Amino acid sequence: MRQSRSSFDWRKITESKLFFPITALALILLFDLIIIPNFFRITFQQGHLYGNLIDILRNSTPVIALAIGMTLVIATGGVDLSVGAIMAIVSSVAALLMNPFVLGTQLQAIKNDPTYSYSPFWVVLLLPLIVATICGLWNGLLVTYGKIQPMVATLILMISGRGIAQLITNSQKIQIFYGPFVYIGNGWLLLPFSLYIVAFLCALAWLVTRRTSIGLFVESVGINARSSLFSGIDEKKVKLFAYMFCGFCAGIAGLIGTSNISTSDATSMGLNLELDAILAVVIGGTLLGGGGRFSLLASVIGALVMQAVTTSMYAIGVSANSILAVKGVVVILLILLYSQQVQDFIRKITGQTRMKETQS
Amino acid sequence: MAESKDIITMEGIHKSFPGVQALEDVDFTLKTGEIHALVGENGAGKSTLIKIMTGVERPNRGKIVLDGKEVFIRSPEHAQDLGISTVYQEVNLCPNLTVAENILIGREPMKWGGIDWKTMNARARQILQGLDIDLDVTQTLGLCSVAIQQMAAIARALEISSARILILDEPTSSLTTHETEQLFGVMRKLKSEGMGIIFITHFINQVYEVADRITVLRNGKLVGTYNTAALPRLELIAKMIGRSLTEFDEMIKIKLESSKLIKGESLLQARGLGRIGAIEPFDLDLHAGEVVGLAGLLGSGRTEIAGLLFGIDKPDTGSMSMDGKAVNDYSPIGSIGRGVALCPEDRKDAGIVGELTVRENIILAMQASLGWFKHLSYQEQYEIAEKYIQLLNIATPSADQPLKNLSGGNQQKVILARWLATNPRLLIMDEPTRGIDVGTKAEIQKLVLSLAEEGKSCVFISSELDEVLRTSHRIVVMRDRKKVAEFSGEVAENKVMHAIAGSLS
Repeated sequence: MRQSRSSFDWRKITESKLFFPITALALILLFDLIIIPNFFRITFQQGHLYGNLIDILRNSTPVIALAIGMTLVIATGGVDLSVGAIMAIVSSVAALLMNPFVLGTQLQAIKNDPTYSYSPFWVVLLLPLIVATICGLWNGLLVTYGKIQPMVATLILMISGRGIAQLITNSQKIQIFYGPFVYIGNGWLLLPFSLYIVAFLCALAWLVTRRTSIGLFVESVGINARSSLFSGIDEKKVKLFAYMFCGFCAGIAGLIGTSNISTSDATSMGLNLELDAILAVVIGGTLLGGGGRFSLLASVIGALVMQAVTTSMYAIGVSANSILAVKGVVVILLILLYSQQVQDFIRKITGQTRMKETQS
Repeated sequence: MAESKDIITMEGIHKSFPGVQALEDVDFTLKTGEIHALVGENGAGKSTLIKIMTGVERPNRGKIVLDGKEVFIRSPEHAQDLGISTVYQEVNLCPNLTVAENILIGREPMKWGGIDWKTMNARARQILQGLDIDLDVTQTLGLCSVAIQQMAAIARALEISSARILILDEPTSSLTTHETEQLFGVMRKLKSEGMGIIFITHFINQVYEVADRITVLRNGKLVGTYNTAALPRLELIAKMIGRSLTEFDEMIKIKLESSKLIKGESLLQARGLGRIGAIEPFDLDLHAGEVVGLAGLLGSGRTEIAGLLFGIDKPDTGSMSMDGKAVNDYSPIGSIGRGVALCPEDRKDAGIVGELTVRENIILAMQASLGWFKHLSYQEQYEIAEKYIQLLNIATPSADQPLKNLSGGNQQKVILARWLATNPRLLIMDEPTRGIDVGTKAEIQKLVLSLAEEGKSCVFISSELDEVLRTSHRIVVMRDRKKVAEFSGEVAENKVMHAIAGSLS
């Protein structure tokens, strides 16, 4: 049976990794279209775009950054629970670099001069990212050489990370006034500036995984570590890389998140975000616990799904506390959508449509 | 057998997968009290037919009649309820559970709301004793030999009390002769009790030993069903592969020709190489242009030698040199760098990367040796993949097909292609023909000889002695984790057999 080229091939579309995340996103946006008036209105003010959709994009940037790194870790068959804690550490380090005086005994008044920073801007950006990457290295070492299960290994930093973050700033919240840093999460360049950062990160991750053989090795190790060993792939190096890259991405997320609220807050920065990131990756179709095939773009859309749910709930007036419960329901629905039975059912329907098309 | 009647009849079964017509208009009938062999090359559709009978797959067309009533088999559980139980080709048990747990999983005897371990272990022991196997059922399955694991799988299938149809998919491929005899005893006993048994195998001898009738499939089509007594062996093989077997004679000729091309100086030299608990120290010399066969029973140390030569394991004693230079780096990547390749014994576990495509599987080792950043362009990848798909005659709809969708023999060819792509100077093949049909076996044996002709050194490991004899210039015999003998030139089969068995000739 030859497939007709000219007809719209539904089957190919439903078998794509992007099909289900996009369907999920479309369903949520459809809900918004019906329930919430003006949800899709985008206004143009002072050369910038504003609106609910833009808000979804802007608020999802930290989760997108986390999801990109998490995708690689999950693809190797692991998971990283510590990314939220790494964000908190990054937040503390960055704030301290800009304003170390809070640790002084005389408690010098916090400078609210937007041009002032104790360390040069590039140090403020680079050092926290290095710290975050080292955190990832730590996780990776525990998993590869320590042979600890990923969930347990990263749990260590998940719990201790916030403590470390508090130690760094002596348990103080540090307000940030330094203009260039505030711009990261609050600036607009037609679109929110942080969007450009994650777009760049996503492109970087794509280049690193798909224009080198790293992506192939990550998938190979995740699917069958023993076959990979026999083929000469160094599983430990591949996993170390994945966890380090995940740490780096958490660093980016931490910088964006800190800039967003212009405060370093070790207790709430990135709290529970690791779960959003993991869910985003799962929605993107990478198997949690199984590893294997991954799609960065699908994970990014997964992150947007998570944020779209949150934003929609706020928009219809669900309180912040009940949103977690609503998220739970959405996750159940999504997992149903992903189940083999439902997928087979959808493929059957689309397959039949295709057959009819070819016959006619 | 006048009173035997049809248990299950399959009529006009069609099944297609994306890009593959797996079965086309296949009829199949199983009677009570018969052993019915289902034979055919890899990809002939045997596994698909079984999957349809057991509810794993659904046919696109055709009907299944059970006891005169048409049935629609919804799921594997439903098939079990109907009395159809199966032992699959690859052992699908839980290695981390005990033997007893594996046999009785899902049907554990209960007591006080918990599992009644005592009864369970006793019951498992009793079932195994019915198979003439005596072993500690509380030991972890993963620690048992593959043969015992296979027996546990069979015991598990038998445990289903209402089973009237037993399907054995390649049950003997990892069993020793004695264990195979045991299994046949059990099969004959079950047959006399009126059970219908479907026996899938690649061993033609075994077909003639136990089967009453034979159904032959080729390329998803039914060739025919025959009474075993009325079908000579050569005719059966001709029906399976659709051509005659003059190739074997041809091979012997090639072998004799190529033996003149063997280089004098050794490519790889092992002196006193050994690993405690795995293999006793041995000496081995491999030459360019030579095929060295490793013969011996399962667990005699053949795989361990391969593991040491390829650097999967590090030796405790002795040394190895290649091209006269001492080897220090015992690792797969180090070996690949030296031009050594290993096609591992356990295809499912150590060979294939199932979800990756055929193309990615083929370039995997080559890419690993190039490193992270010297990435083969997609165009180069496709060129390499297409080259080996043609060269090895790999049956796949495209280079982008996930490897897990291919049949066992074609998966094996892909793994071979992976190693040929690295252009090795020494190719070690551990059971490359296990679970593979006659036609592909001959292809692989011929390939080994032609590689030697090109000047490569090959190590060929196989449980099938005639295969080792046919392809090897020199034969090393292993027994009890020791190298016990070495033969070169023309060797009589019984001499090697005696060496394997350890009796004086």
